[in-house]
Amino acid sequence: MMKKEITCIGCPMGCRITAELDGDKIISIEGYTCNIGKKYAQEELTVPTRMVTALIKVEGTHQPLSVKTSRPIEKSKIFDCLKEISQHTVVRPIHIGEVIIKNVCGTSVDIVATKELI
Amino acid sequence: MIDVLIIGGGVVGCGVARELSRYNLNIALLEKTDDISNGQSKANTAIIHGGYDAHPGTLKAKFNVLGNQMMDEVCEELDVPHKRNTSLVVSFDAEGHDKLVELKKQGEVNGVPKLSIIGQDELRKREPNIGSTAYEALLVETGGIVCPYELTQAFAENAAMNGVNFYREAEVIAVEKQEGGWKVTSTAGTFTAKAVVNCAGLYSDEINNMVSEDKFTIVPRRGEYYIVDKKFGDTFHASIFQLPTKMGKGILVTPTVDRTVLIGPTAEDIDDKMDTQTTAEGLAKVLKYASLTWEHIPMRNFITTFSGLRAHCNRDDFILGEAPDAPMFFNAGGVESPGLTSSPAIAKYLAEMVADKLNATKKEDFNPIRKGIPKFREMTDEQRAKAISINPDYAKIVCRCETVTEAEIREAIHRPVGARTVDGIKRRTRAGMGRCQAGFCTPKTLEILSEELHISPLEVTKFGGNSKYLEGYLFEKGDSENA
Amino acid sequence: MRNIDVLIIGGGPAGLAAAISAYEAGCRNILILEREENLGGILKQCIHNGFGLHTFKEELTGPEYAQRYIDKVLEYGIPTQCDTMVIDVTPDKIVTAVSRGAGLEHFQAKSIILAMGCRERPRGSLGTPGWRCAGIYTAGTAQKFVNLKGIMPGKRVVILGSGDIGLIMARRMTFMGAKVLACVELMSFSAGLKRNIVQCLDDYDIPLLLNHTVVDIAGREHLEGVTVAEVDSKTLKPIPGTEQYYECDTLLLSVGLIPENELTTMAGVKISPATNGAEVDESLQTSVEGIFSCGNVLHVHDLVDFVSEESAKAGENAYKYVQGKLPENEETLEVINGFGVSGAVPQHISKKLGEPITIMFRPRGVYKDARVCIDVGDAQVAAKKSRILTPGEMVTLKFDPEYLQKNTNADKITVRVEVQQ
Repeated sequence: MMKKEITCIGCPMGCRITAELDGDKIISIEGYTCNIGKKYAQEELTVPTRMVTALIKVEGTHQPLSVKTSRPIEKSKIFDCLKEISQHTVVRPIHIGEVIIKNVCGTSVDIVATKELI
Repeated sequence: MIDVLIIGGGVVGCGVARELSRYNLNIALLEKTDDISNGQSKANTAIIHGGYDAHPGTLKAKFNVLGNQMMDEVCEELDVPHKRNTSLVVSFDAEGHDKLVELKKQGEVNGVPKLSIIGQDELRKREPNIGSTAYEALLVETGGIVCPYELTQAFAENAAMNGVNFYREAEVIAVEKQEGGWKVTSTAGTFTAKAVVNCAGLYSDEINNMVSEDKFTIVPRRGEYYIVDKKFGDTFHASIFQLPTKMGKGILVTPTVDRTVLIGPTAEDIDDKMDTQTTAEGLAKVLKYASLTWEHIPMRNFITTFSGLRAHCNRDDFILGEAPDAPMFFNAGGVESPGLTSSPAIAKYLAEMVADKLNATKKEDFNPIRKGIPKFREMTDEQRAKAISINPDYAKIVCRCETVTEAEIREAIHRPVGARTVDGIKRRTRAGMGRCQAGFCTPKTLEILSEELHISPLEVTKFGGNSKYLEGYLFEKGDSENA
Repeated sequence: MRNIDVLIIGGGPAGLAAAISAYEAGCRNILILEREENLGGILKQCIHNGFGLHTFKEELTGPEYAQRYIDKVLEYGIPTQCDTMVIDVTPDKIVTAVSRGAGLEHFQAKSIILAMGCRERPRGSLGTPGWRCAGIYTAGTAQKFVNLKGIMPGKRVVILGSGDIGLIMARRMTFMGAKVLACVELMSFSAGLKRNIVQCLDDYDIPLLLNHTVVDIAGREHLEGVTVAEVDSKTLKPIPGTEQYYECDTLLLSVGLIPENELTTMAGVKISPATNGAEVDESLQTSVEGIFSCGNVLHVHDLVDFVSEESAKAGENAYKYVQGKLPENEETLEVINGFGVSGAVPQHISKKLGEPITIMFRPRGVYKDARVCIDVGDAQVAAKKSRILTPGEMVTLKFDPEYLQKNTNADKITVRVEVQQ
């Protein structure tokens, strides 16, 4: 059994929520003061995810292309994801939303462009 | 062998270079750091002193008054911004009266004209924003303000135009007597010269003591300052002094030629000749003393703070002239305040002395006129349109706070003794000196320097040495890698 | 001299939204003047997420949000001129601008929308003692280098100021391989979003040092380290003996945004000391008729969605003014900042207010279980409960015309915070 504590980001209250977990199953949870907090905590305490925004090499220039994950990925995979991004180079032109890397780090999430590059 | 070697690229060294360039002489100037104007000349109160403050009979008194008289003509010839805004030495109680009278008398003995003591009414009429306890003041009508680094730059450019060779990053390591002259070893090579002029400011003692037994010592005396936003540039008209203490002229509050307000300096003797840090204590002291003059200092409107080191000599006066035991070695030693004001007079005096000793003839084609970089911000719309039609780089504003264009920045790099660093551009154009303190213009300035100097942006520095801006590129340029 | 009906200074989110709104209201003589090479303003370098939740019901990155507006401007064919810096605005609405493409130009505008955004407060303004070495940047300048130029300023970073820009850069520098040692915050609370504290600092074990500040900077030529000390939470003065040295090569400053109102002052527009932006009425018109202001140059926003909303109003009203349809505000009530309230906008509301408007302000401190109250004269006309109010989050309040009916003799409106105790 493990105790975990997080800060809720649902609103500026920033309630401290603590839970007891058995593996990734929540046994008990307290400290939230609204449903947003409860829902956020349930996810954050078991499998936290994050949207990742990053920069990627562009052929022929030092100026990078800004990219993002198409959906949140597991927080634990952030640095692996960044590493894979750092090994790619893109070629212009690029359109917003274009898929740059499919299925980054086996997460089934894509890396997409967030900027128009001509 | 060259004729004259000048050591030190401050306002005195560059002034001497310019005056000597009137003669048919082969002249070189060695500057230790990455740029001219890097010592006292860039960090002072920028005042054209009246000359009442120095003790009668001293060289400080003599050359202050002479230099003051020469300033209008010099600034006119060299296109250097300056203004005769007058100085006021203010006392904050009735007890100061005798001291003011004494200063007036001292000034008159020194040959300072147009000194008078004014009372409450006149003082408040001239300066409605002065502190409520201001009692009386000594009015110094010949007092003024000047841009010290533009004066230095102008001296240098005019000297270079008239044939002087400038070497930067040329630290003098040894000066030794040899047949017919001097052998000067520096980090930029070895030079031999018939005459050497020591204008090394903070290091003028070390240079002198290499060749003369008539030794002296320089103690760095640090002064800290605040610069206040241009919004408050009209708060005071004159440069407002407070009655002097035994450490120096007291805390000034003065408008500058750039319409900012300068507050300072303190006076603290330190050990390290390179320690230009500001300190919490020093800055606090500046505000504390200045609040007598300016009761409502706008604390949220500072642009920046800085400190300058005065080359204070243990003999407490300038040391000017040929060293008694070292013929053809000339000193401009211990030139601290009023060094800026005195600089044209010191330059003339030393140059004439050196030229005479070398039996030099005057050049027929010496050109005393130097024009500054045309400033977009000072132009009318018609002038701007014309400038743009000749040089489209005038249409690109790089520094938004001071309205400095790309044309001026590129010109600052190309001029004789031109800018090689971001601070060099700053002093020559004002780009980066405004209220955002280069937050906006730095990326563009780095690009321009990198282009014009043919170096990578990673190599561009703030002021030479290790003061690089950038660590490295995120990615190497354009190489495709197979994942 | 070119004649423009609605001349917009600034092609960032504020200017773009204002232009689109003026067009949709029927204006066909609009011009956007933008000093950078591309439209989009500061959003171009805000490559992180968090924009558009209100406007588009999706979370977008800065460039994506900007592109939506840029695409609309292009679709409508609204004229824009980039790489063009406005250098003068007169009270008669003559605008002078300078650009490589067109040289020096004058425009006679019927209405002007000021949308110039902000600049960052530099180290010089703080007067932090120490050396003036290389390696000190405002967070936004560093962001420009990294996100747009592809250059890292340094490897070991300390961040002064826990505003959102500082927090975002803490994460960005970490992602790009730097070590961020700490985020140092003078106050006892962070002005940034909780989400950013968690996702930019906590996620990467970057300590947030509240009630601390940088008291000294070391490094003769390049930054070598900073000294951080605890401060007294009331006086904000450093506590002797609490100093700690952090070895670093980069100091990022996120210590305040200041609206860029130089042109505003040239135009003779009255500036509010509370916001550092223009004083406006409910139609976002300034003290000079026909000159409007919106976005960060009016008051510093937290969410670009509110910038867009506000600026759309400005665009619509500027065109109304051009058509002569904007009612002249002869009698207005001044909006006063009461307890706990800072920088309420608009600063003036017409006595003849016809439709509901939004008042925005920043709380002065952290207040829990408080109420935000509106008084017309001495009569309280509205109160809204709030679980928490914090300076990091701007408050929006509805102001209904019927409030004015509750006290017709009133000479002012007060917005204030009431703390339950």
